[in-house]
Amino acid sequence: MNQLMALTIVAPLLSAATGFTLRRHPRARDAATIVGLTVATIASFATLFFVRANGAHALNVGGWSPELGIVLVADLFAALVLPVALTIILVVEIFAIGQRRTAWGANPEFAGPLLGVLTAGVSLAILTGDLFTLFVAFELILVSSYVLLTHQGQRGQIRSGMTYVVMNLFASTLFLLGLAFVYAATGTVNLALIAERIPELDAGVRVGIGAWFFVVFGTKAAIFPLFSWLPDSYPTAPTTITAVFAGLLTKIGIYAMIRFHTLTGMEDLGPVMLIIAGITMVVGAFGALAQSDVKRILSFHVISQIGYMLMGLGLFSLAGTTGAILFLIHHMPVKTVLFLVGGLVENEEGSSSLELSGGLAARRPLIAALFAIPALSLAGLPPFSGFVAKLAVIRAGIEEAATPIVVVALVAGALTLLSMTKIWLGVFWGVDNDASSPVSTAPANRRLMFTATGLAVVGTLVVSLLAGPLFDLSQRAATDLRDGSSYAEVVRG
Amino acid sequence: MSVAVLIAIGGLTTVGIYLITARSLSRIILGFSLLGHAAVLALLTAGGPPGAAPIADQTAPELSANPVPQALALTAIVISFGLTLFLLALARRQQTLSGDDLVEDDLEDRRIAEETAA
Repeated sequence: MNQLMALTIVAPLLSAATGFTLRRHPRARDAATIVGLTVATIASFATLFFVRANGAHALNVGGWSPELGIVLVADLFAALVLPVALTIILVVEIFAIGQRRTAWGANPEFAGPLLGVLTAGVSLAILTGDLFTLFVAFELILVSSYVLLTHQGQRGQIRSGMTYVVMNLFASTLFLLGLAFVYAATGTVNLALIAERIPELDAGVRVGIGAWFFVVFGTKAAIFPLFSWLPDSYPTAPTTITAVFAGLLTKIGIYAMIRFHTLTGMEDLGPVMLIIAGITMVVGAFGALAQSDVKRILSFHVISQIGYMLMGLGLFSLAGTTGAILFLIHHMPVKTVLFLVGGLVENEEGSSSLELSGGLAARRPLIAALFAIPALSLAGLPPFSGFVAKLAVIRAGIEEAATPIVVVALVAGALTLLSMTKIWLGVFWGVDNDASSPVSTAPANRRLMFTATGLAVVGTLVVSLLAGPLFDLSQRAATDLRDGSSYAEVVRG
Repeated sequence: MSVAVLIAIGGLTTVGIYLITARSLSRIILGFSLLGHAAVLALLTAGGPPGAAPIADQTAPELSANPVPQALALTAIVISFGLTLFLLALARRQQTLSGDDLVEDDLEDRRIAEETAA
């Protein structure tokens, strides 16, 4: 049964290889991608149910001892995040196939297979039990994202792609240097062994390592002040690619941070994390208010929402970590859906600019409905998933008597609602300011696009319906994560 | 740990960081190559004292260098090699599009600059 999780890495990679080989045959290529992603998604759900029933398990790749070899660990945290991530990619790929022939569709030859490589990287990053494999997984994700972002070779994409590549490459180099420090200090790159040995280190070394990796993962997660690469690069990419990036990439950064810093018990960094979390929330929310394009507004929200997860982590309490995990699970699908709706708007209006569109609610009520549900969820209104997740994080803040950050979180939530209203007013109400624009003559498969978006919206509703069980599971995951010894037991087998 | 290696790591990092703050992508690429070398050297240093080549059945285990960081360094070298190629392709594309390989300003930065100038 513990071989199953390897399938979430192998299947997308195989589908990518098949897709590259069959790139001249669109149907076969798309079919290969869909099959690979579906197999991976099913395997991830099976892993979740298995882990929920029987507890965490590990896979020593190649039969090496955990100290030397690569270990994949499916603990509850990984098993919870993995199905959400893979489902998102599958939905976006369906949407992309529907949108493929429009002006905003990605380069059809390579987008699918590259998405497969990215998926393998995401699965590997979630499952890996050692820091070096995490580095390799990050590179796998980033390299495919660099290519996805720039492969159309248009001027705007090259411009924003350069910032993106340079910033992330710098973070990767810091990661590598950090690995050298960790290896020098502990003699291992295995997470479980690091967690065991790190309390024996000198306090200065320990905090130094924690702070170093806070910067590394923080750049990937786009926290303040390391987010500068995000708001410019995301909106210039094709919508489907942005949807995957926004839903997943920064979240993998915060996932790695939650895993590393909780497992190694970096509580000394807690206050710094809370301050950064507060600034990230507010800067992201204000940045969003200043924008006048749907995709740019949403990109700034990616930053703002990372603040909430960082807040949950920074509290270093059981409730806080639980909240951060729950927020992660809620946020990934919601963010993706919002970008997919942005894609639908673009398809109808010819642009996602607030000034050029308007009155869409009357013409396309379905798009309006598909937007409204995740938008209200993002703003944290009941009964949607965002409310449950925000409640969990804020309640954890109150428990820890961290009043300032709770106030900031509430204010940022109100600002989020305000900018969602801005999109609503600009795109869905009012009149169309630019009657000549419609590009919906492009031969997009609209039914497929709507089905994919609809499925994703249903997915976010399922998250809010299952809020109770998901909260319990998140709590169990957080308990395991905070108690490093259970993780070490699993890795030793 | 040899002081010479330490100085080398420090020097490579300094020059590397200086270069990646440049506007021109070709300088940035050079900067990343140097930073990559610094990181690889640091990894090797982290493996402990130097020794003979760690080849199974040929070197006695107590005489050989620690093979784990060498394996990690090798992986890192391959990755940075691929990334350098990608950066070069990006620089080439930028040169075709705009005649130079300078990193351009963020849209938002430009908007703010225009608004304050006006």
